[in-house]
This record gives sequence, structure tokens and C-alpha cells, in this order.
Amino acid sequence: MHPFNYVAPLTVKEAIDILEKHGDRARPLAGGTDLLVQARGNKWDLDAVVDVKKIPEAMQLDVSNNGLTIGAGVPCYQIYDHEKIKSDYPGIVDGAFIIGGIQIQSRAAIGGNLCNAAPSGDAICPLIVYGATANIAGPSGNRDVSVEDFCVGPGKTVLKNGELLVSISVPDPPSGFGAAYERFIPRNEMDIAVAAVAVSVTLDNSGTNFESVRIALASVGPTPIFATKASNSLQGKPINERSISEAATIAKDESSPISDMRGTIEHRKQLIEVITKRMINKAIKRARG
Amino acid sequence: MVQTFKHQSEYKVIGSRPVRHDGFDKVTGRAIYGGDIKLPGLIWGALTRSPHAHAKIKSIDTRAAEKIEGVLAIITSKDMPETEDKMVDLGEGDENPRWTSNKLMAQQKVLYKGHPVAAVAAVNRYIAEHAATKIKVEYEVLEAHNDVDSALRKDAAIILESLEGDDLGEKIHNTNLAKHEKYEFGDVDKAFTNATYIEENTYTMQMVHQGYIEPHNATAFWDEEDRVKIWTSTQGAFTARTALSNLLQLDVSRIKVTPCEIGGGFGGKIPVYLEPIAALLSKKTGRPVKMMMERTAVFETTGPTPGGKVWVKIGADKEGKLIVAESKIWFEAGCNPGSMIEPAAQCIYAPYDIQNTRIDTYDVIVNKPKVAPYRAPGSPQVAYAMESAVNDLCEKAGWDPLEFRMSNASDKDTRRGDGVKFSVIGTKEVIKATKNSKHWNSDLGPAEKGKVRGRGISHGYWFNIGLKSSVNLNVNKDGTVTLIEGSTDIGGSRASISMQAAEVLGIPAEDVRPSVVDTDSVGYTDVTGGSRTTYATGFAAWEAANNLIVEMKKRVALYFDRNHKDINFESGVFSVEPDIENEKPERNITFKEIAEKIDDDDLGGPVNSVGSVDLESAGDGFGMHIADVEVDLATGKTDVIRYTAVQDVGKAIHPSYVEGQMQGGAAQGIGWALNEEYFMQDEGGMVNSSFLDYRMPTSLDLPKIETVLVEVPTPLHPYGVRGVGEVPICPPLAAVGNALKDALGIRFSDLPMNPAKIIKAIGN
Repeated sequence: MHPFNYVAPLTVKEAIDILEKHGDRARPLAGGTDLLVQARGNKWDLDAVVDVKKIPEAMQLDVSNNGLTIGAGVPCYQIYDHEKIKSDYPGIVDGAFIIGGIQIQSRAAIGGNLCNAAPSGDAICPLIVYGATANIAGPSGNRDVSVEDFCVGPGKTVLKNGELLVSISVPDPPSGFGAAYERFIPRNEMDIAVAAVAVSVTLDNSGTNFESVRIALASVGPTPIFATKASNSLQGKPINERSISEAATIAKDESSPISDMRGTIEHRKQLIEVITKRMINKAIKRARG
Repeated sequence: MVQTFKHQSEYKVIGSRPVRHDGFDKVTGRAIYGGDIKLPGLIWGALTRSPHAHAKIKSIDTRAAEKIEGVLAIITSKDMPETEDKMVDLGEGDENPRWTSNKLMAQQKVLYKGHPVAAVAAVNRYIAEHAATKIKVEYEVLEAHNDVDSALRKDAAIILESLEGDDLGEKIHNTNLAKHEKYEFGDVDKAFTNATYIEENTYTMQMVHQGYIEPHNATAFWDEEDRVKIWTSTQGAFTARTALSNLLQLDVSRIKVTPCEIGGGFGGKIPVYLEPIAALLSKKTGRPVKMMMERTAVFETTGPTPGGKVWVKIGADKEGKLIVAESKIWFEAGCNPGSMIEPAAQCIYAPYDIQNTRIDTYDVIVNKPKVAPYRAPGSPQVAYAMESAVNDLCEKAGWDPLEFRMSNASDKDTRRGDGVKFSVIGTKEVIKATKNSKHWNSDLGPAEKGKVRGRGISHGYWFNIGLKSSVNLNVNKDGTVTLIEGSTDIGGSRASISMQAAEVLGIPAEDVRPSVVDTDSVGYTDVTGGSRTTYATGFAAWEAANNLIVEMKKRVALYFDRNHKDINFESGVFSVEPDIENEKPERNITFKEIAEKIDDDDLGGPVNSVGSVDLESAGDGFGMHIADVEVDLATGKTDVIRYTAVQDVGKAIHPSYVEGQMQGGAAQGIGWALNEEYFMQDEGGMVNSSFLDYRMPTSLDLPKIETVLVEVPTPLHPYGVRGVGEVPICPPLAAVGNALKDALGIRFSDLPMNPAKIIKAIGN
């Protein structure tokens, strides 16, 4: 690592200008809990870090009838300490609450977790099952990208040179909606998911059938995976052990894990099946209140 | 001659729980650690490390790095002094400086990933680190051997070409086998033919790291008169001085090592790593040089305890008498000879009285970092094998594993696997205390749905070492006593040493003011390691305190105008009977009162004393642990839900720190059992070299570890102290393994027993 500049622009425009000028040699800084470790590990050769925490749009946290907006620099603790988010978006809180320990959560941002694009990113799968959108600003204007399309490889995103993730929009959950996220780690805290699953369900008025379902899988592929086949398999199906087990098996087949220091293919596949079942049931429970 | 002691049953200071003397500075962040050292003109050093586990160095090009502004010096192995080819005793293990020098700065080859090949000194840390990346090294990559089987293959690449191996006394060459030793007593083969029940299995394990929080660091200044000052985080300032004297080819008196406060060591901070490099960079630049390791380097290049393979075969007669045991122990030494095969042989059968025993040990060179001591080095691995085998034997024969251990327990005069006979030991008392413990007498309780529970026990043993220590005492005018010692305080030893002096002097522990000082300021003291510090440095403090009383009696005699032989001392009060003949009355005076007078009156000047010991052993230590686990059958996750550590501690000087040692050892052992390992790439090199992926247990992964202190005082120490720090890491591996067996009916014989392996085993 060598000395680099710290820049804290006050506007999105300023940030974009700096990022565009430096290209690969500048990175946006939200909480910095990944970036600083990576910089010290020489993953990046940086001329500048661009702190987004002085940009108002990147620090907004707003819940209304239109949904939830999370600025890209908002730290995890603000999300899980927010009464309205806790009651209306518990699946998002599930993810925010388990990223690192308390010190990390005081800095680390959901937006940063998304841009870091780790296959194991604990914030990402919950956003996918909530149908969230990434709001991107760039030199050639603004664009919105579905969170499930945001990560394109380990550490790689759709962001082009000069582009900045400003915020994330989560739609207001419809009635009959419930969501949950859980990861498996061999320890109880402070670890990276060996495998993880987020599930959201929207139940019909009777509360006995799935209207729609979204299932997302972490740490079992090069990016967090939106498991469309498993999700679609439950559409319109009655809630019972069989439909849930079938979906879990399909989710297992949609995962494509590797064996590495954190787990084996065999173990990860089994975990996906087990956690998918557990999370469908938990989401149903939450949907029914 | 070995002195033996009879012990009091009541003490004033011993056994109490005063606040530790270093506590305030540590909790307020004011204690000075190696990382806090700042000197005028300080510059920084950084290392260029090998990305390969085994490779020839074809060339090193430093030109680009030299041109970087702020770079002041670069060194390679050519700058390392020529060292002697001999073994040097470093207290807990010995080493050959020639190999150590090669380990610290690679000569013709790199032998492990992270092996230093060059070092840079620059005006700041970042320039030094940046310049280190600009040193171009050309390698010819060689086949790397990660484990003992691979390294011992007939066609294996030879890692240390100069190695002369020792195969049962026969010299061997072109080999990765550094040493093969054998210990044999009785008639093993015949005994197996007489055995009714036989259990045999092979147990495998990976290297694991001590995992101390504070990374290695060193600051060095080499002056114009070839005097070298070192500030470092070390378990032994004098041991570091000896090692540096050999590596730098300087007399010991030219080197002054100041031991800073230490953020954990567990044995891993006995060897030197950065100190000689910082010293040589200082020599070249004339400036003080500071170096600190990143966590990755700590994992990849320092510490670990050996992985390897242990084969055990045991046999019992039909009455349940353990009559025979045989084992083969292969340990990974890392890049230089010297894994812990001797202690492994000493420990493997220690809890048992077995007449016929055989042990073969193999010290094997592999392309991994050279192992360092880690809390009872070598013992947890063999306890895992032996204690698993004993449980499986009991299961086969239908015997209660606790009763079996009791009826076969070692005792005074039992011969260990290496032939040594025990003095007074507490094996049976420990088993009895385990049997009477709350934990053993409570139900396991029902498991949650989808989970199963199990309970396991295991023995653990460590011999504990004695060695040399010095203590100086000085009496202050306010009645306090300064205690000068050379033992780095890792686990509360300032308190436990001061308390032993205070007990003798009849003053409160708080009135003894301990200081851990540099190598110029106290007599030679061996490492804080081998569970020896409270035992040996405490013994020296006891001796110094007794000598101080002798001195004080002389001063009291002058003050009372009496003969010093007539002065009595008890409970902090000096007294003298009336002398009727000379019309002198009974007199008495407290320690504090006479201390106040010494400066004022003509009583012979400042009062001080010395204690100096060289001890054989710190009293054999036995422990038994009980582990309750709950396993999630769907995910393979194991939670340790209850845990009790029982141990013969001889005499607990400060029970809180004894309990802390037992809990800490158990915690490390549980981590080793369940998740910790060096995860190696095929081509060599550790991939999980961060605390994130190394997966030590956090406080959330452990239950409250209950402790039962058994006190069978050793006659070798004035208060009966036994070393306590190492025993508690020995039982957890098998205790957890036996609990898993109880829960699942499956024997896990490969560490760590992690969720992936559990799921695989359940599936099969």
C-alpha cells in the first residue's frame, strides 16, 4: 500500500467526476470495512478513496408508503435500530444484523456490501427477495438496476467507470408478505456464510397458498443467486410440506458451490436445501404475523 | 539435590484473589506493548516474502526498490552473519542457529510460503512495504510437501539438502525424515497376544496456530560500539538474547532485550522472527528500526503446532486392566527439524499405569512454517488419539470409561512411556473430583428437535518445566517491597509471583511492587513457558523473600541492640524474647515499622536480597474435562453446551488466574477440536490466513467453562505449586470427540471435526 488521497465530496456530481477521472485507481468509501482491508492487502492500487458519507442522497434512510430508501453509505446499525424497518422489513434486518460485530456494524453499509459483490454478502440476498433496485448515478446519467442483476462475478458489479451506487430502493411490501434470511456458519457470529438463503413469500388472502415467492442463495456460486426455478415452483401452490420440500430441492439444484476453505460442495448443497426449507417456513410465519 | 517441602494448610496471601498489579495499566490502555515503542529517528522495516512454498531462488534484483525515495537499506541472506552449526538450548526446545538463520532469511531456496527473501528499511512503514514489493525475485518452483505422507514418499523432493537425519541412531541423507526415536518397555508383542480386547486406529490432524491477538513486532537499535538494544514482544527476553547472540554473532552482553507487555504468546513468542532482521537493518542505517507483522504473516510464517498422524493400538485383559499400548507418532516439523516428538512420547501414556509400552516418533520436514511451542506442545495431539482409543476400547468391552480410567490410573512411581517415573501426582484425585462434579452428576438434558446430544470425557497431561529464574527484592521506606523479575507477564504472573514473596514477608500482595525488567537489570531467567513461571520465578521470589527476612533480622537486631540469631519473625512481625541476664525487655516490630527506620537510623543501609533457582520440574499436571455437545443433524453444526475442566493444580496461588488458565486452555482446545486448521493449497501455502477464515471460537461459541481445582501439592515447591497453563489444552480434543461419538455413534479420527465432516459421516 502507498499513500493515497482521501476525498469527501458533498454532491453526487463531484463524486462521479473524481471517480471518472481516476478510473480503477479510485474507489468509493462507505463504511470502509471491506475497502480498507483490501487496500492494505494490495487488492487495489489506489490514488484516492471517495467518501460518500458527506453526500446527502447517500445517507438518506426513508420509510414511506412508497417503500424504503437506503442511502449507499448508511451503516447497518441504523437499519436494524430503526423501529419501522424492524417491523416492516425484518428480512432486511436479518442481513444487516449479522454483518460483522458491533464495531463493524457501526460503519459497514448495506450499499457497500452490495458493491463489494461477495457471493457471501449478507445484505444482498435479502434485497433480492424484497425486489430491491440499485439507484446508480454516472457520467452519462442515472439508471436503475435490479439488485439480482447488480453483481456479475466475485467482486464485480455492473458499475461502469465513474458510476456510483447512490441508494437502494425497496418496494413497500404488499399484504400477505413475509421474508427471512439466514446463513450457516460453523461459529455463532463473526464469520462468512458457508451457505445462506433469503426467502420472501406473498400469500393469498386465505393465507394457505403462495401467491408469489422469491428465493435467493448466497455463497453457492460466483454471485448471490436469484433462484428463479425454485421461486417459480411455488407460485400458486398450496402451503404444505411437499411443495416446500420440492422448492428446497430445486434450490439445491440451482446452487453451484465449490469446495474451498469455508466448506465443501456436498455440505453446501445440503445446507441450501435445509436452510431454504427453514426460511420458507419462517417467511410464512412472518407473513401470517 | 532436590529440596522437598512439607506444606502449611493455612495461608494469608496464597489462595486469595488480589487485583493484579498490571491490571490498571492494561485496562486503561496505558501499558506499553511492542507496537507502542517510538524512538527519535525511528524508521521502518518490511520483508519481501516468497509466494511459493518450495522454490529455488535464481536471482534477487533490488535495483528498482533501491531507487524509491525514502528507502535507506536493503538486506538479503548475504547480510546475515555466518552462524555456527550446533544445537542451542532455548528453554522450551532447542534449535540450530544455522537453520534458524535460513528460516528467517532464505539462502538458496524458499521452504515455506511467506519465507523472507529480502528486507527493506525506509523512512516510513508504507514506503518500506511498497519497496518490498518492488524487489524482483526469480524462482524455480519445486514440488511442495504439505504433510508427512507426501514428505516421506520415496520420490519426494528433498526440502533441506544439508539435513542429516537420525533413524534410530543411524545417520541418513537425502531424506525429509529428521529423526526417528523409539521407547520400549516390557514385552509389547507378547502382551498383545494376552489381551482380550484390542483397539487400534489412526488419527490425523492439521497444523493449528496459537492465535495470539498481538502480532509479532520488534524495534532494534545497533549503535557504533556494536551494542544492540531490542524492544520486543517475547516470552523470554533472555532466550531472545541467546538466540540473537547466535544469529548476530555478538556476545550476549552486547545485546539488551527489553520485553514489552505481551498480547499473548502460548509458546509462539519464544522464537525470534523480526528481531535479528530489524537489528541488521539498524546496523546498516544507523537508525532505530521497527518492524511489525501483518496477521497473514503471523499465520503463514510463525508459530503453528504440528499437524500429523498418530497411530495407536491398546490392549486390555478381560478384567479391564490396560496391559499394553503401542503408538507411532508422525509430526510435521515445518521447514526445519524440531517438531514436538519428545514431549508427545512423554505425554501419550502418562495418565495410565501400563506395563508394556512402545512408542515410535518421527520428526518430518515439510514445506510449512517451522513449528513453535504451543501450550503443552505435542500433548493435545497424542491425547486426542489415546483418549479416543481408550473410550472405544471401553465401548467394545462394555466398561464405564471413567471407572476404567480410575482403575488404570497412574500414580507415584508409575513409569511414563519414555521411562521416567512419577513423583507425587494427582491423577486419581482428578478422576475422583470429576466423578463427584456437578456436571458429571447432571443429566445431559433433552436435545432440541433435529438435534442430538452427547457427553465425553478425556484426560490431559503435561509434565511442566522448572528451569532458571532470578528475583531481586528491595525494601522501600514505606514498608513496601519492589520485586524485580525477568518473566514476561502473560497470565497474571506478576501477581502470582508477588503473592509468594508477600506470604513470606507477612505483608499484603499489594505491598509488593513487581517490575519485569530488561536483560541488563536482573539475573538470567528462562522463558515464560512450560507452565514454569509461577512455579520457578515464584520459587525464586520465595527464596529472595526468605533471604530478605535474614537481612531484616540483622537490622532489627541492630535496632534492638540484640543478636540477630535471637530475632524471630512471624506473620509480618519481628520479635525477640526478653534477655533477663542483660536486663533487656521483650521487643517486637512490624515489617513496615522497621522498613521506615532503616533510612533514618544507622542500621546498615538499603535492604535487598536475591533469589536464584534452577529447577528440574514444575510438578506433573493432570486434568480431566467433561464436554456436552449438541449436534444439528441437518447442518452438522456442533455446539458445546456445557463444559467442565477438572485439574490438579498443586496449590492455586491466585485461584482466579488458575481458573482463567483452565478456561483459556479449554477454549483453545475446543476450537482445535471443531474448526481450527491450516487449510492448505495443493501447491503449498495456507489459504485461510486471517482470523475471519481461521475460525477460532469467539465468546459466543463457548459455554461458561466450569472449573474444579484439585490441590495435590507437589513436594518440590515451597507452596506445592504445579504448572497449570498447559494441561487444559490437552483434554478438549478427545473430550469433544468422545461427546460426538456418544451423540452420533460415529468416531471422528480426523481433526477438525467440522460440520462438513459431520454431515458427510452422517450421510454415509
